[in-house]
Amino acid sequence: MSSITQPLPQQEKAFRWKMPEESYLTDGYSLKSWLLTTDHKRIAMLYLISISFAFLIGGIFAMLIRLELLTPAGDLFESDTYNQLFSAHGIIMVFFFLVPSIPATMGNFLVPLMVGARDLAFPKINLLSWYLYVFGFAFMITALVLGGVDTGWTFTVPLSTSYVNTHVILAAMAIFIAGFSSIFTGLNFIVTIHRMRAPGMTWTRLPLFLWSNYATALIMVLGTPVVAITLLLVILERTFHIGVFDPAYGGDPLLFQHMFWFYSHPAVYIMILPGMGVVSEIIPCFSRKRPFGYTMIAYSSLMIAMFSFLVWEHHMFIMGVSTYSALIFSFVSFLVAIPSAIKVWNWTATMYKGSIHWDTPMIYAIGFIGLFTIGGMTGVMLASLGMDISLTETYFIVAHFHYVMVGGMLLAYLGGLHFWWPKMTGRMYPEAPAKLSAILTFVGFNLTFFPQFVLGWLGMPRRYHSYPPEFQVLNVLSTAGASVLAVSFILPAVYLLWSLKYGAIAGPNPWGAAGLEWTVQSPPLTHDFVETPVVTTEAYDYENIPEPAYASR
Amino acid sequence: MAAHVHHAPNPKTYLLVWLFLIIMTGVTAAVAYIDMPGPLNAIVALVIAVIKALAVALIFMHLWVSSRLTKLTAIAGMFFLGIMLTLVSIDYISRSWIAPSIFTYFRH
Amino acid sequence: MPMDSHTMTVDHMQEAGHPALKPYFDDLAQQRDASTFGMWVFLLTEIMFFGGMFCAYLIFRNLYHDAFVAASNTLDVVLGTINTAVLICSSLTMAMAVWSAHMGRRLMIVVFLIATVLLGLVFLSIKGVEYKEKWDSHHVPGLNFSTDAFTHPEKSQGEGELGHPALPSDVAQHTVIYFGLYFCLTGMHALHMIIGIGILCFLIRFAWDGHYTADHYTMIENFGLYWHFVDIIWIFLFPLLYLISRHR
Repeated sequence: MSSITQPLPQQEKAFRWKMPEESYLTDGYSLKSWLLTTDHKRIAMLYLISISFAFLIGGIFAMLIRLELLTPAGDLFESDTYNQLFSAHGIIMVFFFLVPSIPATMGNFLVPLMVGARDLAFPKINLLSWYLYVFGFAFMITALVLGGVDTGWTFTVPLSTSYVNTHVILAAMAIFIAGFSSIFTGLNFIVTIHRMRAPGMTWTRLPLFLWSNYATALIMVLGTPVVAITLLLVILERTFHIGVFDPAYGGDPLLFQHMFWFYSHPAVYIMILPGMGVVSEIIPCFSRKRPFGYTMIAYSSLMIAMFSFLVWEHHMFIMGVSTYSALIFSFVSFLVAIPSAIKVWNWTATMYKGSIHWDTPMIYAIGFIGLFTIGGMTGVMLASLGMDISLTETYFIVAHFHYVMVGGMLLAYLGGLHFWWPKMTGRMYPEAPAKLSAILTFVGFNLTFFPQFVLGWLGMPRRYHSYPPEFQVLNVLSTAGASVLAVSFILPAVYLLWSLKYGAIAGPNPWGAAGLEWTVQSPPLTHDFVETPVVTTEAYDYENIPEPAYASR
Repeated sequence: MAAHVHHAPNPKTYLLVWLFLIIMTGVTAAVAYIDMPGPLNAIVALVIAVIKALAVALIFMHLWVSSRLTKLTAIAGMFFLGIMLTLVSIDYISRSWIAPSIFTYFRH
Repeated sequence: MPMDSHTMTVDHMQEAGHPALKPYFDDLAQQRDASTFGMWVFLLTEIMFFGGMFCAYLIFRNLYHDAFVAASNTLDVVLGTINTAVLICSSLTMAMAVWSAHMGRRLMIVVFLIATVLLGLVFLSIKGVEYKEKWDSHHVPGLNFSTDAFTHPEKSQGEGELGHPALPSDVAQHTVIYFGLYFCLTGMHALHMIIGIGILCFLIRFAWDGHYTADHYTMIENFGLYWHFVDIIWIFLFPLLYLISRHR
């Protein structure tokens, strides 16, 4: 890649990096300079703060759910309250944490740096996207404060339109607004990746993180408008009884399911593709090898984006859809396993005979591969019609999607956060507590959700606040795991904040990683590049990049 | 990148397209009252609408002289909308199938 | 493809100081390309946004054909046709405004943009007349709705439904879905027009101040794309809502 003028750490043992005097962080300290910024890096940081807050709120609801399920009797909360708890947990985690998580933070920060541009194509729209997110989240918080919503995150009609008297409209508005924030992020990524690549940055030299974010952006742009109009119709149905979804007027609740899942199934891939991108960056770096099958990893991202629009009906197999169309959708759902498996094989093949370094991001990434594989394979089980009918709406499906979303996306998110933390802040996180928390996440996660596979297999239905006593042992295990998981999330929050002031100074490329973002100073300048970089090599030229002495060995 | 060489159509083309669109509007309104067999009325109306939309997109929106990427974007919109309409319809067509009766669904 | 735009030419050097060039773009060509492509991607999302409602319309028209035919016949085809023509005229004036910008004629831009605003307002007014008629005949779901016009057509004062046989009350009930979708589709379309007219007012102001030159009029061009897109939506709404149920 392009040259670094300063020496690499191992060339001069006594050399210590200094914090650069100028960077995007020093470009104005006032609140106004942050709230009115159009700098993609500052917007990424704003997003980081706001989605961490959303994660905290969603996490508290998760802990309350697990507390209730500690005992078989529904003793802690009324069933109505419990409904509100899991709805709030689902809505906040899906729409306000998982969907924006990697794209809006790391994506915003890295897309221009990785393509060699000075900003995203539409910086003002990027800022608008953050404000829409905050605005939407404010709606959601208002809905919660006023008394919550109890329809589940899926807003199932006619429950949401005719029967419940909770704040469905506010919550649907919240998602409608946040949806536009997601659309604008996607739009920015697509245009930036298409139109603002540096000279020599051809499509086949694009980092895999960009390929997966590009695929994500396609889904955001094509899918989100559909859920927006669907929720708008729910709002109109609830206020004006236009009859579209209400069987009392001849409307069809299944049409709502079709339109909702037309987005929400692809949205599941919004919640995993960027994570795959992060892992595709981390694994080559800490194996010191170019990724095995770069082209196939890149194309499989696009394949996943394409297939994601063809499988939504597998969420509706038990809802009385046509058997014939269910057969088609079941078949295509199996096909999604192919691009996913391509990725898993290629990551493992990348590690084969690589020089593997067990730094924190790598631990997270390897955890991702294992957990995503379990989540994906149980997905294949659920794609088959017969299995789905007996397993859906049990804890099996809860465990399945948590394995993909938490075990997959959240681990990738934390891995990416550790990997690019030195780039974002200029300082290293402390390695020992980071490793501990990475291992705790993996252990706590499995302890929480593996028992839920068994529970679901034994027939415990989801969304109930009480259960037969024979399920208690497994539920206690799950709650214990959730506590471990909570510790493993609090830990990074503490030491990452600590590192902002006391962390070792990182220098431009502490990992010896490939990619344009590592050729600039950490933290980068407001305009990223002093002069437009010219790319002359492939994306992962690890054979020609010396290993750094810095990273913990 | 041919952004500077802008082959924008001239006012004469615009006027011709406008005239064509107005005529087609009259035609589609008129033929709506002719009783045609089966779903033919709807098909004729939609074919005319597609032709009109194409005229607007290709000439007024300069799609005809746009880059391949822009054309691809427009086609992608139609393609994914098509996926939604088709796959949703598949469910509705076959939901009550005991014996296949696809033609009763598209009676009109 | 994007590589060409980075080659340093004399043009590029002169453009570097162009007032409209944003600092994160290399040259005006790249900037223009990016924003036009961005507009097209935005229109892609709009297709999917309206697509959801079109999907609902497709399904329900086939499920409740008789109710939809009866309800559709209450619309005024003459007003609908006039409105289609008005919108097509406004597309012409918009296209001419973009052409004037391309030619660098400041006054012509302003004149054509004002014409576009006026035609847009005519469209909305006619739409308003139609909505008023719907309100008067109790066809507004949730606010003012009754199926009397379909179950007892002989009592009805409206023009369209005269001569139609009375519908059984369970069939007539489904007309609420037609009107629900009618108001969603045309209302969302009208909302896009209102937003468009709002933006047009700013464009007129900027054009008057001479913000747009022959080498930089991306805003007008992109707005034109939006306006034509709204036109295309109507081109489909017109036959679907007004026409395809007319024949006996």
